[in-house]
Amino acid sequence: MNATEKKRGGWSWWYLLFVIQFAVALWPPFYNKADPYLFGIPFFYWFQLLWVLVSAVFTAIVYFAVEE
Amino acid sequence: MPQLNWTALIIFVLLFGFITWLGFAAARWRRGDLDQLHEWGLGGRRFGTVITWFLVGGDVYTAYTFIAVPALAFGQGAVAFFAVPYTIIIYPLMFLIFRRLWNVCHKHGYITAGDFVKGRFGNRWLALAVCVTGIVATMPYIALQLVGLQVVIGAMGVSGSGLMADMPLFIAFVILAAFTYSSGLRAPASIAIVKDLLIYITAIAAVIVIPYELGGFGKVFASVPAQKLLLAVPGPNTTGAYSAYATLALGSALALFLYPHSLTGILSASSGRVIRRNAAMLPGYTFMLGLLALFGFFVIASGVDKLPEYAAGFKQFGNNFAVPALLLHSFPAWFAGVAFAAIGIGALVPAAIMSIAAANLYTRNIHREFINQNPTDKQESHIAKLTSLIVKLGALVFILFVPTQYAIQLQLLGGIWIIQTLPPVMLGAYTRWFNSWAMLVGWAVGTFAGTWMAISVKLTNTFPLHVGEHTFPGYSAVYSVLLNLLIAIVLTPIFNAMAANKTPVDQTAAADYQS
Repeated sequence: MNATEKKRGGWSWWYLLFVIQFAVALWPPFYNKADPYLFGIPFFYWFQLLWVLVSAVFTAIVYFAVEE
Repeated sequence: MPQLNWTALIIFVLLFGFITWLGFAAARWRRGDLDQLHEWGLGGRRFGTVITWFLVGGDVYTAYTFIAVPALAFGQGAVAFFAVPYTIIIYPLMFLIFRRLWNVCHKHGYITAGDFVKGRFGNRWLALAVCVTGIVATMPYIALQLVGLQVVIGAMGVSGSGLMADMPLFIAFVILAAFTYSSGLRAPASIAIVKDLLIYITAIAAVIVIPYELGGFGKVFASVPAQKLLLAVPGPNTTGAYSAYATLALGSALALFLYPHSLTGILSASSGRVIRRNAAMLPGYTFMLGLLALFGFFVIASGVDKLPEYAAGFKQFGNNFAVPALLLHSFPAWFAGVAFAAIGIGALVPAAIMSIAAANLYTRNIHREFINQNPTDKQESHIAKLTSLIVKLGALVFILFVPTQYAIQLQLLGGIWIIQTLPPVMLGAYTRWFNSWAMLVGWAVGTFAGTWMAISVKLTNTFPLHVGEHTFPGYSAVYSVLLNLLIAIVLTPIFNAMAANKTPVDQTAAADYQS
């Protein structure tokens, strides 16, 4: 077993992306506002939808970074 | 809805006919011996990335989701959007924890959470608690899918009195029961593909056409009253809507993956890598869910709730009629039929998966554990098929005779109950540190406390936790599971000391969790 194989299943610094993902999603005071509007949509809504896409990217990054 | 909407109904019936055929044909897909429980109950564990995507998505996005989330947005505004952070949290959880569970369950042939808990901790009573909780929490959830189906059937103008009014529901139930019995998990897996395609088409069409008809997103949001547009800013000494929103998202995310049908969907995947790939791709569904929540606002902007032709529907189904009314109003009848078929099929898929998951649990962790310890493969799958039938029947009876409001409240309680299985199932995937009896006590205390909290606020979502002068309104499920954990942590060293001579029985090895 080489060193990278042993690391699988343990902590990786890439998981920090998930921490960021959670922290932002679960902090309503940060996004509970209407301005700035985007295409007529208030910030509260478009920001959370944007965060969905960002999270998908984070998850994909972690997938490739942690995978062999 | 005084007259029958023939166009919509014909399209609906045609699509339903197609998926009925598909459900039966599925038995021959990736052929396996359906007399074996893992073939019937887990589809032979051979589903690749794409199928798993549809199947798990079928779990997460149910008919109830499509009706209830917009209904909540229509009725209460911004808080309904908790569905979005909820889904943002789910995927890393799936990525990390369920990959490990998949690996260990695959290695040891575990089919249910109960199997895993028994193998990991060697305590059949803890496994029983997990199993019973799983079955009890799933039943109202199945019932609510049937509510979604009822609403769209009613929206097409199918009405009658007494038993005739429920005839369509009976028919749908018989179809569901029959193909689940014959094909097991392959049935909802194949149908989920059709359902999701229909849902995507409907959602994308709706989110383009309806705002255009209404004059643009700016106009839509302008019609939403200010107090519904954003979360109410908390007053002094309370975290108000902020903590309610965050805990609703967190608690729902944790609870979702503890439901038996989530684990069933995941365990049917062919490899741990499939699960991780899905965790990156499933957010596509989330984006759609966010758009769905906005539908509630489209309803407000369109004013369909004030139109006389939909008054009867709103009277019968309350806010749940919001989405059907909007679809009927904004689209030609044939497309409404497609959309309603999407929602109706969206009821059958999770109902099928949930009943299979509950059946797996009963068969492995109650029947095999306590009744017949050495069943043949055929006996095992036979019990599972029968149980799945009984569970669906129970849900149907429930929906026909119990007011919908009770079903919703029971499902809320179900979420609080299922989250109590978090220590043995989710934490058990990482560590064996907890003492199994300590977790059993934690589970019991958490269940009682959570139920008490919910009842004390008349079965609404948030419980106001008072600490000194400050109030932290939050989802009862989160508070009760924290209490559960606390008890398990405190009691573990104590119970371990009391049973100093017993060596823990763990069938699994650390390497089993890694892929």
